[in-house]
Amino acid sequence: MRKWFCLLLAMMILAAAIPLAGCSESESEEPYKIGALFAVTGGNAPLGEPEKQLVEMMEEEINANGGINGHPVDVIVYNYESDAAKCATFAEKLINEDKVVAIIGPTGTGDSLAIVDLAMNSQIPLISCAAGISIVTPTETNDKHWVFTTPQVSVMVVQRLYEHLLTKNITKIALLTDTLGFGKDGKTNLNGQKAAYGITVTADQTYGPNDVDMLTQLTLIKNSSPQAVVCWGTSPGPAIVARNMATLGMTNIPLYCSHGIAFQSFITAAGSSGNGVIFPCGKLPIVDYLPDSDPQKALLTKYRDDFNARYGNGTANTFGGHAYDSLNMVVTALKNAVDDTPEKINSSDDTLQAVRAKIRDYVENSINSSGFPETGGFPGTAGVFNMSETDHNGLPKSCLVMVKIVDGKWTPAE
Amino acid sequence: MLATFKRHWWSYLAMAAFLLFLILLPTQLLGEKTSILILIGLYSMVTVGLCLLMGYTGQVSLGQAAFFGTGAYLSAILSTRYDLDPWLAMLMAAVATGVFAYIIGYPIFRLRGNYLAMATLGLGIIVWILFKELSQYTGGPDGLGGIPNFSIGGFAFDNKLKRYFLIWSFAVCALLIAQNVVRSRTGRALKAIHGSEAAAMSVGINIAQLKVKIFVLGAVYASLAGSLYAHHLHHISPNSFDFMASVMVITMAAAGGLASIWGAVFGAATITYISQDALVELGKSQPKLAELDVVLYGLILMLVMIFLPKGLFVSLRDAFDSWRQRRARKGPVT
Amino acid sequence: MTTEVFVQSLVSGLTQGCIYALIGLGFTIIFSVTGIINFAQGEFVMLGGMLSFFLAKSAGLSVFPALIISILIAMLIGAVLYLLAIRTARRASVVSLIIITIGAAIFIRGIAGELWGADTVAPPFFTGNGSLSVLGASIHVQALWIIGTTLAVSIVLHLLFSYTVIGKALKASAMNRTAAGLVGVNTKSMSLIAFTVAAALGALGGVVIAPLSLTSYNVGAMLGLKGFVAASIGGFRSHAVTILGGITLGVVEQVTVALNWGPFKSNYKEAIALVVLLLVLLIRSRRLFEEERAS
Repeated sequence: MRKWFCLLLAMMILAAAIPLAGCSESESEEPYKIGALFAVTGGNAPLGEPEKQLVEMMEEEINANGGINGHPVDVIVYNYESDAAKCATFAEKLINEDKVVAIIGPTGTGDSLAIVDLAMNSQIPLISCAAGISIVTPTETNDKHWVFTTPQVSVMVVQRLYEHLLTKNITKIALLTDTLGFGKDGKTNLNGQKAAYGITVTADQTYGPNDVDMLTQLTLIKNSSPQAVVCWGTSPGPAIVARNMATLGMTNIPLYCSHGIAFQSFITAAGSSGNGVIFPCGKLPIVDYLPDSDPQKALLTKYRDDFNARYGNGTANTFGGHAYDSLNMVVTALKNAVDDTPEKINSSDDTLQAVRAKIRDYVENSINSSGFPETGGFPGTAGVFNMSETDHNGLPKSCLVMVKIVDGKWTPAE
Repeated sequence: MLATFKRHWWSYLAMAAFLLFLILLPTQLLGEKTSILILIGLYSMVTVGLCLLMGYTGQVSLGQAAFFGTGAYLSAILSTRYDLDPWLAMLMAAVATGVFAYIIGYPIFRLRGNYLAMATLGLGIIVWILFKELSQYTGGPDGLGGIPNFSIGGFAFDNKLKRYFLIWSFAVCALLIAQNVVRSRTGRALKAIHGSEAAAMSVGINIAQLKVKIFVLGAVYASLAGSLYAHHLHHISPNSFDFMASVMVITMAAAGGLASIWGAVFGAATITYISQDALVELGKSQPKLAELDVVLYGLILMLVMIFLPKGLFVSLRDAFDSWRQRRARKGPVT
Repeated sequence: MTTEVFVQSLVSGLTQGCIYALIGLGFTIIFSVTGIINFAQGEFVMLGGMLSFFLAKSAGLSVFPALIISILIAMLIGAVLYLLAIRTARRASVVSLIIITIGAAIFIRGIAGELWGADTVAPPFFTGNGSLSVLGASIHVQALWIIGTTLAVSIVLHLLFSYTVIGKALKASAMNRTAAGLVGVNTKSMSLIAFTVAAALGALGGVVIAPLSLTSYNVGAMLGLKGFVAASIGGFRSHAVTILGGITLGVVEQVTVALNWGPFKSNYKEAIALVVLLLVLLIRSRRLFEEERAS
């Protein structure tokens, strides 16, 4: 008897899921459909969650203000749980079932690489939020005609850091990186670029994402007499590193981190030991210090205020900003280059393909200073974009600034 | 021969119907879901090996995803870095995985129950760490791309439909072989082990050897599935072969029914559908629930195992059998 | 490797090891009394840390009240887990129980992620942010709390199991369930108590570690695994050996880092725990096998 009941219950739950799937479109106005792939849970969650939050916020705002050319927009977000294979499956779903006009995301480099071929074969623009330059670098099999990415690429971040170190006459550094993708990528770039800047690495240590302390690694580092420590990783590692350095009395050795610490939670977690930490980053943390003439200032201020208002004080961060930039590019393309109505797109595959191509062309040809001459390019949270046929990232090194934490606040570093 | 046929006639009919169903699925019925159908085929292969192990020897392996992964990575590395033909790469990967399973099988199967489970768990995680760390070969956490398609002569398996048929051909063969194992002498020996190791030993069955053989078979199946997976997605990364992947395979086996070959397919289908499709669709129409997809997954795991410990398929089959029996009893004599 | 580095690795190893020991004790208690491996054990550690932080933040509680309430809540969750999930499954097989506890772990982790987000949180230190110097190495005051708590727990458990009726009943259930049942021990209650105590231990560990290691919703998995290794060293029976095992594991990990030698760089530190696990299981396999047959 109990078994029958349970079987019935199980069947009902399964059955309930299916009809629910069908009845999502009861609106009178058909929307423009944009796809989004984010790692909201799993290893990349700290990056993916704000990306999703941003998209939800932006979608509401656009629709509240009349949509795109009078039509509503629907951003379909799939959480691929930091699993590249799931990312690929959901990408296919977006392309073939949901028939979106463009895809923004994924969150991570590996995940993006997993779907660049799919984007090429399906001829749909993919505007990634991941920082690996390999995503947009042409290869033998894929010229990345359809792929763009909006964060500052990690190799450029490292170069910006090294530039800064040289201005401080720092040439001997110790590396402390975490063993996850972000940290490993940093380590590869840090070692890869050191020769070009004349930097020597006195110690190269790593730590695990769940480590309680890095005291052993830091003692080894201290004994190698570096002029500075460079820590590359996402929370909580760098906060623990900062605290450990204070514990070991390494106050005369400056700590440089990656943009992975551009979260309020780093400052709270590191406490007083966070003061003096310097990291390269987009302009968001120091937006209040920007001159009014800076083309990004108004945009960044609004982004930060809206995000904080909706999700809590101090939550606005650069990773949500990458989603903002990607989505904004697609929305702008739809506004300026696409006059097909959503009804037409949703009913005709030919129109859908044509619109996808139009969006791609717009991003490559007009998200730059010829499309936006007054601002010298397309302003975004990461920088002012100048996309071209050969550059599908479009960001110059100058979009990165050095930020220093002083008294628990982000300030520009000299 | 005829006797065997007569005894199992309904299962041959069911098989024929199933094959027809498989052919119709991507072409007539559920074309857009071809990717999901492919995944179901792959996971069926991985799960059936586990089913054999778990259902017939009562031992559990929490590291099945490791073999899935070695099949995928070895095949990928051999066909990209060393330019080997994908078929050869897949074969070599299967052999290597099989040998690996054989070597670790003997020491590991001296353990039982929870201890065996934990040893396989540890093994699975070590292999996963190797996938992440040996970046020179595996591409590290970002994974390995550019994996070529299978091809025979000039015919390349370059679209989903072709790969669907390729993969399901493998899956069906794997299932048939597994079914033969179950019905053979070895199979009856396996059933005996689950019953009582002492009794089985007393009639001269070498249990240790048998357990390892099944373990190796399961590993080879998983390896083949992994290679097919790699040449289907064209890009693989370590996160697809972590502990959660092993958990998913176990769930498929348990949801379907541990001691049942077809239960493996059923379980693979159900869990793949739930995690890749149903939860996502549910999330689209009810955005609040979208955030709870992980929570719901955990909840479903618990509920299925608490209330249907024999798995959905076996419970359904049992229910069907008892219904048939009751009807037979009522029968002509009222 | 200089003396300074070596001593530092010992000190850090001791701290980390105590954490593994506390978690391992939770595994051991549940397993010895009920025969179940509780995959959700790591989640109790996570809950301890997260609850103490959010209780302090939103309810404005100070450290020790927050600690007590966090542990109480975790104990409640542990009891509910046992009653609703384990006991309902009745005579389920090993596989079923493993999957149930895994499902519970995923469920708890998911709810935590929903409630508290993915961000890392830093609960306040118990007695401030100071550190001491020991033979040239640094040890944080919170680390002293960790070591002290582990010591206190081991003493309390020993007293509990040896001198109280409940403790003796637990011990009896652990040694032989059937026999214990025959002499009037309510084995079902013992299982419930085991789960509750293990949840309390896990949460206590979580509360005392979190200020030092920071915490977030998904720390449970890795910590649980390391604690499991500690428990396996203790054979899932001996508390003393579990604690020693956990400490040894922590020290071995840190010494590996200190060695700083070629392939054994800190990258592979995570694999160390697992290799240790496999070795321990293989070495003990013969004895474990005979024990299983006996029961």
